[in-house]
Amino acid sequence: MEISTALLLNAIIAGLLLGGFYAAVSVGISISFGMLDVVNIAHPGFIILGSYIAYIVNTHFGVDPIAVSLLLSPLFFLLGMALYRVYYLCFEKRGQESLRGLAFFFGILFITEVALILIFGVDYRTVKTAYADTTLRLGVVDFPLRLVVPFLVSMAMVVGIQLFLTHTFFGRAVLAVAQDQLALRLMGVNPVRIKELAFALSIATAGVAGAFLIVIQPVEPSIGREYIGLVFAVCVLGGMGSIWGTLLGAFVLGLAESFTSTFFGPSWAPAVSFGLLLFALAFRPAGLFGR
Amino acid sequence: MKLIRAIAAMLGAMLLAAPAAVLAQQPLKIGFGMSLTGPLAGNGKAALIAMEIWRDDVNKKGGILGRKVEFVYYDDQTNPATVPSIYAKLLDVDKVDLVVSGYGTNVIAPAMPIMMQRKFTFMSLFGLNVNSKFKYDRYFQIMPAGPDPAVDWTRGFFEVAMTLNPKPQTVALVGADAEYPHLALEGARAHVKKAGLKIVYDKSYPPKTVDYSPIVRAIQATNPDLVYLASYPPDSAGMVRAANEVGLKARMFGGGLVGTQFAALKTQLGPLLNGMINYEAYAPDVGGKFPSLDQFLAKYQGRAVKEGVDPLGFYLPPYAYAMMQVLEQAIKAVGSLDQGKLAAYMHTYEFDTYVGKVRFAKNGEWAIPRMLTVQYHGISGNELEQWMKPGHVTVLYPNEYKTGSVKAPYHENKK
Repeated sequence: MEISTALLLNAIIAGLLLGGFYAAVSVGISISFGMLDVVNIAHPGFIILGSYIAYIVNTHFGVDPIAVSLLLSPLFFLLGMALYRVYYLCFEKRGQESLRGLAFFFGILFITEVALILIFGVDYRTVKTAYADTTLRLGVVDFPLRLVVPFLVSMAMVVGIQLFLTHTFFGRAVLAVAQDQLALRLMGVNPVRIKELAFALSIATAGVAGAFLIVIQPVEPSIGREYIGLVFAVCVLGGMGSIWGTLLGAFVLGLAESFTSTFFGPSWAPAVSFGLLLFALAFRPAGLFGR
Repeated sequence: MKLIRAIAAMLGAMLLAAPAAVLAQQPLKIGFGMSLTGPLAGNGKAALIAMEIWRDDVNKKGGILGRKVEFVYYDDQTNPATVPSIYAKLLDVDKVDLVVSGYGTNVIAPAMPIMMQRKFTFMSLFGLNVNSKFKYDRYFQIMPAGPDPAVDWTRGFFEVAMTLNPKPQTVALVGADAEYPHLALEGARAHVKKAGLKIVYDKSYPPKTVDYSPIVRAIQATNPDLVYLASYPPDSAGMVRAANEVGLKARMFGGGLVGTQFAALKTQLGPLLNGMINYEAYAPDVGGKFPSLDQFLAKYQGRAVKEGVDPLGFYLPPYAYAMMQVLEQAIKAVGSLDQGKLAAYMHTYEFDTYVGKVRFAKNGEWAIPRMLTVQYHGISGNELEQWMKPGHVTVLYPNEYKTGSVKAPYHENKK
């Protein structure tokens, strides 16, 4: 295939837009798994929950789904706090977080999925937005607003989280939890409380990512399972616990998928993406930004 | 002595009659797997409702062979890997009397080996060309794809394409990495070869793709006259959106999209479907040619709305009901559940169903294909009501159902 400038530029833009979405769905895992050592396999379930809440409000009141998700993120935050409290009391406190904790989050994922099936049925749901069917064209490059709007909000969210983690006392405490909980205790900080709030933050990002998802594509209750591999791949590629790493990992996978689909054939996209992951880990086992 | 003989004869008769009486009281169990979760769950649930309506109708009339019909079914999660164990359980643990398939090629094919091993007559629901490799003489399929399914399935698109003036020269073939798209594309290649078209793009994509615009751009870069797409519901939506975002230019686009036959995608995509070519099992524009369908829709639509599944019911549900009607009529005619006799009867006779007269070819497919090739037009907004009445679907093929001619190119007829 002849590689034209237009095709190349569009592949780059499509890859970056896709990467922005991948960053949004992965940043929560980067916090919970990368920083807190909580293997929250149910994260995609909360993303789908976010999609359905955005769907309900959008269908009944016509409110933009992304605005809904931002407004309702405190609710997801509270949900995350409650969930971590249960996880801590039942598993982490007893030192049973590894296998039983994993089973717990698997259970949460399936309960979320089944609850959504019982309430909404199994049909695909989508939302109506003012911009979903609009594509801006700058020269030869297309900017579908269906992807651009989630990308912009995602960038704001990821950069905001990074600044929050690096420029506030609470943020530094979260980073410290990942490194040395005993030292944190000696500083007079309760690591459980810090982990609770950080986990809640990760769940809040899932709610927002869910709104992005339903703007980008129709959603059904079990679609979250498809993102389990992706979110952990982005997190591992970027480097455990690094927000910038997560962002870079998301862009790498987004660009790899876009370039492979455009120039070599879309069926190779997963192989190339995960091949890149293996290749990167061979040279940097801690991930691109891992310590 | 006579008295003793008489008592012995009576006891003997009672003993012989007892199993038959007990059997008559036992329900006739029909087992299947069905996609109740996963990507095809919307379709699977709609099919299940249609089958349950049939079961209730039959039981109201006293059942089959004097036995009430009971379903034993499991969620296959739209995952082919679950299918063999589901059917093994149905046959070995649940001891069902009959089996039918779940919905779709992907879950029918994995059930075939066990059906063949147990010599069960296997009535299947919308599998494309499943029996081409197995060549099982007790396989039957209710989708009106025709005796050469892959080729007949794509025939409408290419027959219509070759009526374009000037004739198209190039074609792009694209589909998801799954059983149905692979088989549909196989048929499309046969037509391409026969028509002397040049393939400029022939690739598949992972069904879990999020953004389809790079695929559509890659297709556009090859500048094809025709774009044939074989897809499942999530990727149908993604590809249609991407074609609109990228501004795909082709003389014809579509052909084998699963999903746009259902209300969910019809209403979600709305005007984005304008100008596209696809297949439909029914359109209100040719309602007169489906005289019995209204009877089914009257039973189905109210219940479907309540249960939150496809409220139109034009595509899969009537055929799910018809599949069970075929089985019912065969059992009643044969008078037993003998699998060999059932298959022999189904090969020989014609069946009268809500979707019309059904006769099976030697390979278990419809003897005469009847899937409609259509073009969508004049769709505005996302309201469901517009799909319930004639005016938005032109039937292009087969000729006996034709209501108009194709409007090309695709990109200039998107209204």
